[in-house]
Amino acid sequence: MTHTVLVTGVGRHIGARVAAVLAADPGIRVIGVDTVPPTSPERDGRDGGAQLRDSLEFVHVDLRSPDITRVIAACDIDTVVHMSLLSGPALSRSAMKEHNVIGTLQLLAACQRSDTVRRVVVRSSTVVYGSSPLDPAVFTESSEPAEPPTSGYGKDTVEVEGFVRGFARRRPDVAVTTLRFANLMGPGVDSPLTRFFTQPVLPTVLGFDPRLQFIHEDDAVEVLRRTATEDHPGTFNAAGDGVLLLSQCVRRAGRPTLPVPGPAFRLLGELARGLDQVDYSPEQVALMSHGRAVDSSRLVAELGWTFAYDTAAAYADFLRSRGLTSNLPLAVVDALAGLVR
Amino acid sequence: MKELLAFVRRRVSGDYEVDEFGYDPELTDTVLLELLRPLYRHWFRVETSGLEHVPADGALIVANHSGTLPLDALMLQVCLHDEAHRAVRLLAADLVYRLPTLSHLSRKFGHTLACPEDADRLLRKGELVGVFPEGFKGVGKPFTHRYRLQRFGRGGFVSTAMRAGVPIVPCAIVGAEEIYPKIGDFTLLARMLGLPYLPMTPFFPWLGAFGLIPLPSKWLIEFGEPIKTTPSDADDPMTVFNLTDQVRETLQHQLDALRERRGPAFHR
Repeated sequence: MTHTVLVTGVGRHIGARVAAVLAADPGIRVIGVDTVPPTSPERDGRDGGAQLRDSLEFVHVDLRSPDITRVIAACDIDTVVHMSLLSGPALSRSAMKEHNVIGTLQLLAACQRSDTVRRVVVRSSTVVYGSSPLDPAVFTESSEPAEPPTSGYGKDTVEVEGFVRGFARRRPDVAVTTLRFANLMGPGVDSPLTRFFTQPVLPTVLGFDPRLQFIHEDDAVEVLRRTATEDHPGTFNAAGDGVLLLSQCVRRAGRPTLPVPGPAFRLLGELARGLDQVDYSPEQVALMSHGRAVDSSRLVAELGWTFAYDTAAAYADFLRSRGLTSNLPLAVVDALAGLVR
Repeated sequence: MKELLAFVRRRVSGDYEVDEFGYDPELTDTVLLELLRPLYRHWFRVETSGLEHVPADGALIVANHSGTLPLDALMLQVCLHDEAHRAVRLLAADLVYRLPTLSHLSRKFGHTLACPEDADRLLRKGELVGVFPEGFKGVGKPFTHRYRLQRFGRGGFVSTAMRAGVPIVPCAIVGAEEIYPKIGDFTLLARMLGLPYLPMTPFFPWLGAFGLIPLPSKWLIEFGEPIKTTPSDADDPMTVFNLTDQVRETLQHQLDALRERRGPAFHR
């Protein structure tokens, strides 16, 4: 029996990779939707970009419009993988909110009307937990955040998860999986956080050293592939084991830091946002102050599979792929050690 | 020297591990404990007893809290590290995690926020968790109330220990009450700064920074017999309440006996 999988957000790196890995399975027909066609393949050499374009049926759909209903009805879709949430800051806030929230509503409405959809997988994020000094050190799926996000991507994600829960209640016959991913890290990932780490000088919030957690892109793709091809209903955290402190990250990258007081950090962010470079939204400032860690053991138990990379390994792979291997402070220490000896 | 260089190299390259709570054992052992040890050994001359009551795996250490600044918590950490070879994971007030610098140092030194989730997680990993149920009411009480246990919150720590099925070890700390005798409180200023209290001692703020030198009282730390818990009763409020009361009473008796044994605070 062949499956027909609808993948949203194929215009972006991770969406394209998931679509490719699903399309490689002869039993699966993949229909990709987005407002832009899948990214050019130079970076995705190992997935075979040309091959992807052949095996993937790309449909140009703006999720905010009801066109998606027709796509789902016309193609006998049985599985929907929704990965098109935008975290900014490329779009204006209102456009981003509309894309995330209205887009999800349209998609879920289409799924609800469909007789063929049997499985829905939604890529969410650990931003739903917010980041505050009142939170437990490690979130499980049932933890209630002390201060839920009230703006931006975090708020959108919370709303989207709300819609998804509502959908799951109305259509108990559909297996609904919500995956809360930590920050993606890896050679092909281009996110506000990866851009943050490739800056020549890293601004940090003075007096804070947050715990950060990453998931390697290969692991994220594998989690999405598995949940798209088997029923794993429920909500799951997905993050590499362990944490890295921001100070450890910058030391491992050998980068200089510029500690700035919290309010100044935000101001700097406003300036940088104009340059469309890095994300210094209030959620990002909170993350850079208080950090966040989640427990992914439920997902590991559900899938019967473990991540190939822990947080530290995912970060190391990212550094390697970006050539961030020269470490000046370390070279100085080694030179001094040589003198002493 | 070689060791020091290797240490500096590891720190500079970020080549060390922290656990999911942010605990950095290397930094704690090589920096914090080294700094605290002279205070522990020579200033407060801490003597310990009942170390045989500290279990080899998960347990909840319940201690009295006093001294205006929580030096008793840090001395307990040195005590368990040096005498019992255990890294105690202390539960701290949320105020600590709102403050710059203190928030990340506290995590690096193995402490975490006092909430049931964190305590439960640590206990199930077999860690030794230290809690001060009196909280600010204990550490910030006036000198005239010394060695009188304050209210024990809602007994949340007891139900956490019960759920995790670990014993509760009462721990009496004598000596911390005298380090900064609190004789007054700048209530208004404290409220403006968002602090639970701003103490006045015979030396602070009158002598400025010198007023922050703790008085060299004689300290005794004693671990009492572990109190067993059973997970089945964790949801019964009456059982939790009774056990909380039992722990509090045991600790008060232990405290009185230990204070008697010590004698005058500034003798020798």
